[in-house]
Amino acid sequence: MSKYLVNLKVNNIPVTVEEGTTILDAARKLNFHIPTLCYHEDLTVAGNCRVCLVEVAGSRSLAASCATPVSEGMEVLTNSKNVRSARKNVVELLLSEHNADCTKCFKNGHCELQTLSSEYQIGQHLFIDLVKTKDKIVDISSPSIAKDDSKCIRCQRCVRTCSELQAVGALAVINKGDHQRISTFLNKPLSEVVCTNCGQCINRCPTGALTERSYIEEVWDAINDPSKHVVVETAPAVRVALGEDLGFEAGERVTGKMVAALRHLGFDSILDTDFTADLTILEEGTELLTRLKKALVDKDEKVSLPMFTSCSPGWIKFIEHMFPEYLPNLSTCKSPQQMFGALAKTYYAQKKNINPKNMVCVSIMPCTAKKFEAGRPELRDSGYQDVDYVLTTRELAMMIKQAGIDFMKLEDMEYDSIMGESTGAAVIFGASGGVMEAALRTAYEIISGRDVPFTNLNIVPVRGMEGVKEAKVMLKDVKPEWGFLEGVEVSIAIAHGLANAKKVVESIKNGTANYHFVEIMGCPGGCIGGGGQPIPTSPEIRQKRADAIYAEDEGLPLRKSHENPEVQYLYKEFLGEPLGHRSHDLLHTHYKPRKRY
Amino acid sequence: METKVIKKVDTIFDVVECNYIQVLEKTLAKTADEIILDIIDSGLKGRGGAGFPTGLKWKFTKNEENAVKYVICNADEGEPGTFKDREILDRVPEKVFTGMAICGYAIGAKEGYIYLRGEYNFLKQDLQMKIDLFNSQLADRDFDFKVFLRSGSGAYICGEESALFDSMEGLRGEPRNKPPYPTVAGYNLKPTAINNVETLVYVTMICRMGPESFKALGTKDSRGSKVFSVSGDTPTPGIYELELGMPLNQFVDEFGDGDTKAVQVGGASGHCVPRKKYNDTIIGFEGIPTGGSMMIFNSTRSMYNVLHDYLEFFTEESCGQCTPCRVGCQQLLKGIEAVKKGDKKPSYLEDLKKLAATMKIASKCGLGQSVSNPFNSIVDNFREEIIY
Ligand SMILES: Cc1cc2nc3c(=O)[nH]c(=O)nc-3n(C[C@H](O)[C@H](O)[C@H](O)COP(=O)(O)O)c2cc1C
Ligand code: SF4
Ligand code: SF4
Ligand code: SF4
Ligand code: SF4
Ligand code: FES
Repeated sequence: MSKYLVNLKVNNIPVTVEEGTTILDAARKLNFHIPTLCYHEDLTVAGNCRVCLVEVAGSRSLAASCATPVSEGMEVLTNSKNVRSARKNVVELLLSEHNADCTKCFKNGHCELQTLSSEYQIGQHLFIDLVKTKDKIVDISSPSIAKDDSKCIRCQRCVRTCSELQAVGALAVINKGDHQRISTFLNKPLSEVVCTNCGQCINRCPTGALTERSYIEEVWDAINDPSKHVVVETAPAVRVALGEDLGFEAGERVTGKMVAALRHLGFDSILDTDFTADLTILEEGTELLTRLKKALVDKDEKVSLPMFTSCSPGWIKFIEHMFPEYLPNLSTCKSPQQMFGALAKTYYAQKKNINPKNMVCVSIMPCTAKKFEAGRPELRDSGYQDVDYVLTTRELAMMIKQAGIDFMKLEDMEYDSIMGESTGAAVIFGASGGVMEAALRTAYEIISGRDVPFTNLNIVPVRGMEGVKEAKVMLKDVKPEWGFLEGVEVSIAIAHGLANAKKVVESIKNGTANYHFVEIMGCPGGCIGGGGQPIPTSPEIRQKRADAIYAEDEGLPLRKSHENPEVQYLYKEFLGEPLGHRSHDLLHTHYKPRKRY
Repeated sequence: METKVIKKVDTIFDVVECNYIQVLEKTLAKTADEIILDIIDSGLKGRGGAGFPTGLKWKFTKNEENAVKYVICNADEGEPGTFKDREILDRVPEKVFTGMAICGYAIGAKEGYIYLRGEYNFLKQDLQMKIDLFNSQLADRDFDFKVFLRSGSGAYICGEESALFDSMEGLRGEPRNKPPYPTVAGYNLKPTAINNVETLVYVTMICRMGPESFKALGTKDSRGSKVFSVSGDTPTPGIYELELGMPLNQFVDEFGDGDTKAVQVGGASGHCVPRKKYNDTIIGFEGIPTGGSMMIFNSTRSMYNVLHDYLEFFTEESCGQCTPCRVGCQQLLKGIEAVKKGDKKPSYLEDLKKLAATMKIASKCGLGQSVSNPFNSIVDNFREEIIY
């Protein structure tokens, strides 16, 4: 249906937009900047902060431009005397209940409130300081998320994120009036509620009220301790986003510079989580084929299909809380981060002659849920905590700044061996659909002896930002040993963001969908949109990061996980075969149900 | 300006004259458009505070194309000093149900909900019995409309129409952005006509007497009569139905104790009128409108305390979502305390008045927008009492 066009004037300049457009968007079309705080592109409109006020001719009150649709003949002023003075009052009010200790704040320099108050030159406080009158409520119960109420401006972006994008609903508005604040079910600490640690709320919090729990100091200490061998691993999605915090535009690939920076920071071994992403494909692919064989040949009714991917720790905690009956459907593979940790402290230590007791494994992740994952009691199969510290992309950027490294001018460097080699299939783990694509490239070839039937190995139907993607792959002319798959149409689905994950699980539950294999990533867009990635985030930024991921893949000489020579060597020297004994001990695990409250 | 001599009226609570079934049958014989025209013609404006013309509201709701629409009777009555809706629901509930049924017929709704203030739960049992009887009487006449009763959540803000819808939908009651207005997207996002209890009774009365008799009372801008809740320093507190458009001096003569220094017209969110302005203050939409609350203060009262009480009320009852209201209320309250204590100079009151002005134009809903009414009227007229 085509939409009506509406003519209006913003600051006396005529503009024509579709009906239903907000004043904010109409003004942006003319490049007039209107400040916002509660508005976020990824979320529904709240209209509660009131900094986006504009004057509409003929109206006694000001309009919240983010929440007001245009109408024919409207005349809008975005910077009138009334607007400026009301907006300034609003910012002054926000600051009067704000614990503005910017110098100690993780958000210093990236804070929307700070930017606004400097734009409005708010120095001397007009109003009475209300911070003192309130209890200082800081929640650091979670290993991933820190929540400081004294920095909260009650914009409710986090609440909307958690319910709209993630369908978790761990955060809620409680109380009214001067006692209104953002809290959790029954006011419990974040560690005791359904929070998945995904960090999506952090990515959308305009202030320092929600941040990651930072482990930068612990990592510096390890680096500075001569008795420790500090191994660092970097996740696929970090290399396409880190640049944003260090002066580059979104979408810049900085893999080589990142490796160089890590070397300057003083890490002893610089390795790649991509290596274990390739390994995951071999383990998980074999697991899938085994399950299919049990179901199709052995007619084993107890085999759980569809099989769900298990690399996203936000998703793992979500399914533990919300759909524990589907835990058997999870692949038993650990996430690449945890496979890496388990191998670092066994295989790598052995090969490099390092006492694993003296090894510290640090991982650089686009994710805050990985911090929680690293501490899981299930994940200590090396005999130690497999991964010691998890830093987000943002924390790594901060360390690079602290070290005074001129990141933009660094010469590219290469990862160390023997867990630093990777293929394009591993890189695309960072984008929604990537695990599926990597798995198909390998599984199809194992079964048929041929490349996947897509131009240049690019399985386009599983890519893109649609919330739930579905596809079918017909298996024909398979190798004799895979005869039971001849003519089988494999049905797959991909979901990213937990609200979409919920949709998929529910459609499986109520029988409206039937899949063999489902990829689920907890964050919008996959890991490129992870809760530990540079802020801000938007559909456009996530798209640029995804484009960079696929460009990185296309540029690599090896693009199929089973061709990774270091992975082949690992099986030959250490693991034996996929799903073998050692794999079973080090690379696989099981999760347990959790209550909803 | 047209002014009236104070006149007590008895249409609302009169039970002898009004056989609601007859009114209903007579009204349902007309077309929906005829009824809406009658209500528009009568000049009836909403009695819940905002004073929006009732007939127009119905017309907008009728014009929406939607198979599902709702009628809602706002019985949240949270404004301090107002207790008229309770009295109406206790004494003449059938007139309210009848108004709802007429509204349902006019706009094309099959369900009507009474959102009853939590504190009025003691009325519930009796009301439910009467509703059941009323619903069966409608069913007997093959009229497809049903009245339901819902208990409020206990927060003042849930009387604001869009917060009320949220609350009925099981959400936290927080005012929504407008547009869309309730007539387009109200309860369950369906077109909804929401009316105050008293407004619905007047609908019944207009349908019984005809718009002409209704129009015979009141002024051009304020047709008819209205129910007032009179409280404070008065020998005769209570509920009175009075003609609209009366001057305040006559009201004070009638209800004051001889020493009235100020009248708060319209409850906490209304205006404070000092003695010197009684003569030129009209009670009605052309002067000072009121949802019905009239609080009388004599010279023993401290207007600082009065304002302090109101600001405490708003600080607590603001839903807290929007900045100007949540923080603004706290600042106004702490601000007058600081001026009183001497921590801030008297000139700080000017900054606070500017803040109140910002709240009026920048707040999301009527609560934050109306705090400046009591604030400015009390600070302007009783400045000495605030400072010293
Ligand atoms: C904070 C606030 C509280 C309100 N409380 C009530 C109330 O208790 N009862 C009521 O009828 N209207 C109340 N209103 C007005 C309603 O939003 C709405 O305008 C009214 O119910 C419409 O009915 P009417 O047109 O018949 O007056 C309140 C408005 C605000 C802003
Ligand atoms: S949240 Fe922003 S304004 Fe507040 S202390 Fe942190 S940087 Fe400063
Ligand atoms: S981390 Fe994720 S699940 Fe937890 S509160 Fe934030 S958005 Fe919700
Ligand atoms: S925690 Fe952050 S996102 Fe949530 S309401 Fe507070 S300021 Fe907004
Ligand atoms: S004005 Fe007050 S009551 Fe209304 S939405 Fe804003 S905070 Fe809530
Ligand atoms: S950005 Fe529009 S009200 Fe907050």
